[in-house]
Amino acid sequence: MKEEIIIAGFGGQGVLSMGKILAYAGLMQDKEITWIPSYGPEQRGGTANVTVIVSDEKISSPILNSYDTAIILNQQSLDKFEKTVKPGGTLIYDDYGIMNPPTRKDINIYKINAMDTAIADKMEKTFNMIVLGGLLKIRPIVEIDSVMKGLKKTLPERHHHLLPMNEAAILKGMDIIKKMN
Amino acid sequence: MANNEIVKPENLVYKKPTIMNDNPMHYCPGCGHGVVHKLVAEVIEEMGLQDKAIGIAPVGCAVFIYNYLDIDWQEAAHGRAPALATAVKRLNPNKLVFTYQGDGDLAAIGTAETIHACNRGENIAIIFINNGIYGMTGGQMAPTTLEGMKTATCPYGRDVKLNGYPLNITDLVVKLRGTCYVTRQSVHKAAAVRKAKAAIRKAFENSMNGKGTSFVEIVSTCSSGWKLSPVQANKWMEENMFPAYPIGDLKDIDTLV
Amino acid sequence: MNEEVRLMKGNEAIAETAIRCGADGYFGYPITPQSEVMETLMALKPWETTGMVVLQAESEVAAINMVYGGAASGKKVMTSSSSPGVSLKQEGISYIAGAELPCLIVNVMRGGPGLGTIQPSQADYFQAVKGGGHGDYRLIVLAPASVQEMADLTALGFDLAFKYRNPVMLLADGVIGQMMEKVVLPAQQPRRTDEEVVAQCPWATTGKTKDRKPNIITSLELVPDKQEENNIRFQAKYKKMEENEVRYETFMCDDAEYLIVAFGSAARISQKAVEEARKEGIKVGLLRPVTLFPFPKKPLAELSKQVKGILVVEMNAGQMIEDVKLATNCSVKTEHFGRMGGIVPSPDEITEALKTKIM
Repeated sequence: MKEEIIIAGFGGQGVLSMGKILAYAGLMQDKEITWIPSYGPEQRGGTANVTVIVSDEKISSPILNSYDTAIILNQQSLDKFEKTVKPGGTLIYDDYGIMNPPTRKDINIYKINAMDTAIADKMEKTFNMIVLGGLLKIRPIVEIDSVMKGLKKTLPERHHHLLPMNEAAILKGMDIIKKMN
Repeated sequence: MANNEIVKPENLVYKKPTIMNDNPMHYCPGCGHGVVHKLVAEVIEEMGLQDKAIGIAPVGCAVFIYNYLDIDWQEAAHGRAPALATAVKRLNPNKLVFTYQGDGDLAAIGTAETIHACNRGENIAIIFINNGIYGMTGGQMAPTTLEGMKTATCPYGRDVKLNGYPLNITDLVVKLRGTCYVTRQSVHKAAAVRKAKAAIRKAFENSMNGKGTSFVEIVSTCSSGWKLSPVQANKWMEENMFPAYPIGDLKDIDTLV
Repeated sequence: MNEEVRLMKGNEAIAETAIRCGADGYFGYPITPQSEVMETLMALKPWETTGMVVLQAESEVAAINMVYGGAASGKKVMTSSSSPGVSLKQEGISYIAGAELPCLIVNVMRGGPGLGTIQPSQADYFQAVKGGGHGDYRLIVLAPASVQEMADLTALGFDLAFKYRNPVMLLADGVIGQMMEKVVLPAQQPRRTDEEVVAQCPWATTGKTKDRKPNIITSLELVPDKQEENNIRFQAKYKKMEENEVRYETFMCDDAEYLIVAFGSAARISQKAVEEARKEGIKVGLLRPVTLFPFPKKPLAELSKQVKGILVVEMNAGQMIEDVKLATNCSVKTEHFGRMGGIVPSPDEITEALKTKIM
């Protein structure tokens, strides 16, 4: 098993931490992992992206030209990364603010209305976990159990009361993701 | 009388500190460095700190101080002595750590290191020889060169329009909360030498007691750089340097000066 | 703290490892993309556990001179920075080399010249390997290619620094510094006691005792004959490093007809390019120098007899390629592929360069 993933969106959407949670979940399952963010001023508002590789084998390059799965949370990122999904690969996008939806026929396209749902259900803080839930429904790279274990390990004790909220968000995401083609 | 009759303990009126070795000094006649070196040696010896003393030598005339005093020394890059001293003292809190620097080293190229070590209140002593000139490189303008004073790089006298004002860095470090003791002394007369020694002793005691940074300026002559005889240089210093750099304690947290 | 598997950034691994191998002091100044080194140390507060001193200096210049002071008193000390900051440190590094002091200097490279970019680069190869400051000196230069190596080479760097009384540079880049991977951290070692420091570093300024002469740490020697003696001694030391400390890794070189040479993150990406090219039936291998000084000359000379062409992949305009050509005596076609300005090459670009430049 080897899954090469890009997650891209606006800074502040929790793109990097979603990648981190995925990485920690992989760690819980003894997988090999690389997590590499775009860094710098982007973290403070511009576009941000993170490449995560989860694999049973040792990973050579942490930098990739194409991905098994792309998770896209804004138009700029869609324009940039739609073409980088491998044929037969997966593209998941939130259509909030998307004017030109993806058009490729040779990949599997899924839509997740995570932003709208988060606003409607007052789950803004766990927006990225809704998206992660969607991803795990389509690509069960890691088990939800591992995600929760990873979260528990990385969150400071004083935030542990937020764990159920995060789990609920994951389940929500699994529920609302839709195949588009 | 034969020599061995004169040299008897009961006739002893002056003794060279044992920390000072017999290497011939390279300083010019009339230079203050030799006197201050001796005072440093005496104080270390009297405090019994030879095995705890780590001195940081500067770049400048005193670069070879490590050849004259038998303690452990580190030779710093130009201006960086307070940075070295910072690390040495933090890593070895029970040691006596001091820097010995001239005006170019401390107040020009090393201004940042000086100010920040003082501001952090590093438990070190800084001994600052101010003779208003770069001695070692051949008498160029220093940050402390007086207005109108001639040097190799201000041959018509320091012009504040061209070179700015003499930098009174000692006054600056008084304002920093990290300094515990700031004083300005000289070594041109016996009484002055005694006071300078007391100042160095206090600075070293502060270092050992972890009170903060002690800053001891010694206003000195440079007869070669000033192109005056040693006697004339002392007179010139009293008439010109002392008004700009007045002698006395500027700050002492023990007495709240 | 025992050995444990953790997920962390390369920069964080350096900080964690430094504490665990009993470092006495860290002195630094913030600069992207390496600030996590000091941030991690400050968060871990090792002064409360091992007694390690961590200090944010007023400048890169002050930081390297604090390292000088600490190293001169026999302590295990380090600093970290990124390219522009490492330029500022060059004065101090030259003095440290001249005074023969052990220390670890980390450079998490970003693109230049000048302020350049904060994105990853390998453009400081010359500066690190050829002696970036003044005078004839060398650093041992270690080039990590993974978060694990950020940890391993930090520990090795300290060891080599003391073994040779020479500064060691860990030459990483923004990719390795910012990337998270699994890492096994070494078990906690105690810091050396004062007595152990004196025993290990009889030359250090630990305070002059009655039984020895003063220890004087200096790089100054005004008598040319004596300074030349010093220089000859340094050169002999560097030669010893070349004999004993060469480290490198090869990947699929046994039957290789073509060779890629790359270090650090460029080597990781090149390894993927090798995997892809192999799928197409191209017999290509990879040699990754782990030590950039001493450079793996011999294995390169050997491989040059076997291959038809060498591609040197670097995130710069072509620096290590000069050492590759010297090692192989230009006996085989050798070309460079590089990206600059903070752009990290993709595996595809490297495969393409392989086909167009040396095949």
